[in-house]
Amino acid sequence: MKIDSGNTAWILTSAALVLLMTPGLAFFYGGMSRAKSVLNMMMMSFVSIATVGMVWIAYGWSMAFTSGGGLSSFVGGFSEWGLVGLETVATADDGTGIPQLAFVAFQATFAIITVALISGAVADRAKFGAWVVFTVVWATLVYFPIAHWVWWSDGEEGGKAGWIFELGALDFAGGTVVHINAGVAALALVLVLGKRRGWPKEPMRPHNLPFVLLGAGLLWFGWFGFNAGSAGAANEIAGIAFINTIGATCAAAFAWIVVEKLRDGSSTTLGLASGIVAGLVAITPACAFVTPLGSIAIGLVAGAVCAFAVSLKYKLGYDDALDVVGVHMVGGIVGALLIGVLATTAVNEGGADGLFAGGGVSLLGKQAIAVVATLAYSFVATYIIAKIIDLVMGFRVSEDDEAAGLDSTAHAETAYDFGTIRTGGGSGATLAAAAAPAPAGGDADKPEGAAKKVEA
Amino acid sequence: MKLITAVIKPFKLDEVKKALETFGVKGLTVSEASGYGRQKGHTEVYRGAEYQVDLVPKLRIEVLVDSADADDIIDVIVKAARTDKIGDGKVWAVPVDTVVRVRTGETGPEAL
Repeated sequence: MKIDSGNTAWILTSAALVLLMTPGLAFFYGGMSRAKSVLNMMMMSFVSIATVGMVWIAYGWSMAFTSGGGLSSFVGGFSEWGLVGLETVATADDGTGIPQLAFVAFQATFAIITVALISGAVADRAKFGAWVVFTVVWATLVYFPIAHWVWWSDGEEGGKAGWIFELGALDFAGGTVVHINAGVAALALVLVLGKRRGWPKEPMRPHNLPFVLLGAGLLWFGWFGFNAGSAGAANEIAGIAFINTIGATCAAAFAWIVVEKLRDGSSTTLGLASGIVAGLVAITPACAFVTPLGSIAIGLVAGAVCAFAVSLKYKLGYDDALDVVGVHMVGGIVGALLIGVLATTAVNEGGADGLFAGGGVSLLGKQAIAVVATLAYSFVATYIIAKIIDLVMGFRVSEDDEAAGLDSTAHAETAYDFGTIRTGGGSGATLAAAAAPAPAGGDADKPEGAAKKVEA
Repeated sequence: MKLITAVIKPFKLDEVKKALETFGVKGLTVSEASGYGRQKGHTEVYRGAEYQVDLVPKLRIEVLVDSADADDIIDVIVKAARTDKIGDGKVWAVPVDTVVRVRTGETGPEAL
């Protein structure tokens, strides 16, 4: 195995950056949810790390990034299940590559965050166990195949590749695979689960906007790994992706708060944070194919369009609680289609020329096919998966649990000590074990009984 | 004896407290309260969706006083809490039959 240490260092760093995006997302979503369900909201992101991370090692990598024989255009096989035998493999053997396992780890973090992104739509009402099952089934049947369509090729001239890859549609870091995919899956899931009790009449305000800003900041930071890391090397393409990850994001954040100022009268922190994410989403597929000025154009469009798109749910009547559809699906579509307009081989020979660079509408057409295919497959597959989980185990919590909040009912915890009646520095809560009667001398059964009470 | 209750704007607490101390009031109780009167609430906007926030945060001050001082103390509170803008709050007094100081068991005006 002959590897490039500089490239390897950058990919390892990027993998860690992208993994941090999921905790960042947990704060972004957690802050927007209500105080009674913030832990559940954050838990849905964090548990995706646990489940999807294991599944990725077990068979996800293999399904997404190996040949599937006769089905190679659509899905990979199981030849590299458990990553067996990859320890000594490099992505390229001429000394420019990185260890295969470094790339596997980098891609693992993409699968994880894509699943976590969906959770924001079903805030406050999904059964936790059903969500855990969903993360595994959805990653297996939706994410791994779509990642294979877009990113896999056997690397040989005239060799095999995923069908969207072969088509020539461009998706540098995951606009279709990650954002359109998660966004439309969120829509399907919302339609299966239904609205939160009281929506849209009851106010459901974000309970902690500083958390939302913290999360947006962490997402942006991690996104440099997501986009610039997708170059697969520490090279000039990574440089382009990096600056564009700044340009589009700044523009979208600005566009969103301008729309707010003109439409609502005030620019808000939630709007700025949302604009940051919308810009990041939109530039994701395009970051290595457009000029820095092009990235600002994409950001301005994405920020303004998404600022309006998040209001659609009130008109159409679906309760996408934290606007996964309005930001990720819509932002992803904006980015994927604008590649067809703004892409230029002047910045990246591996890309293509869009409308403005004299490439005609052919690239735009390919981009549209990739978008529609992802929308259609992900929506239908997610709807079916969610329906089956709902029929088998129930996907929605009881009305009582929803009213009480999922933190206490699903996780037996509360995020904040709201107790105002304090007893000498205590919280008003009593340790269950201490509340049990003191064990009589020599009676060994009693302490055990107290311990059981805690578990109950 | 009378119990004076004042609902005031939270940022006025220090001025009211100082004024009461100057007058000679020895103790008071403050709690957080929410409510609305003519001020009503305000509107907040999250991602373009408007929310009417009806309840406005206020502070409730309670002071037990001798009946003879009640009117003066009400005056002191009203002067200190006033901003001349809507939402300044209200002050009222009710008669109190019994007061006991927990530590000593003193009752009546002695316990104030």
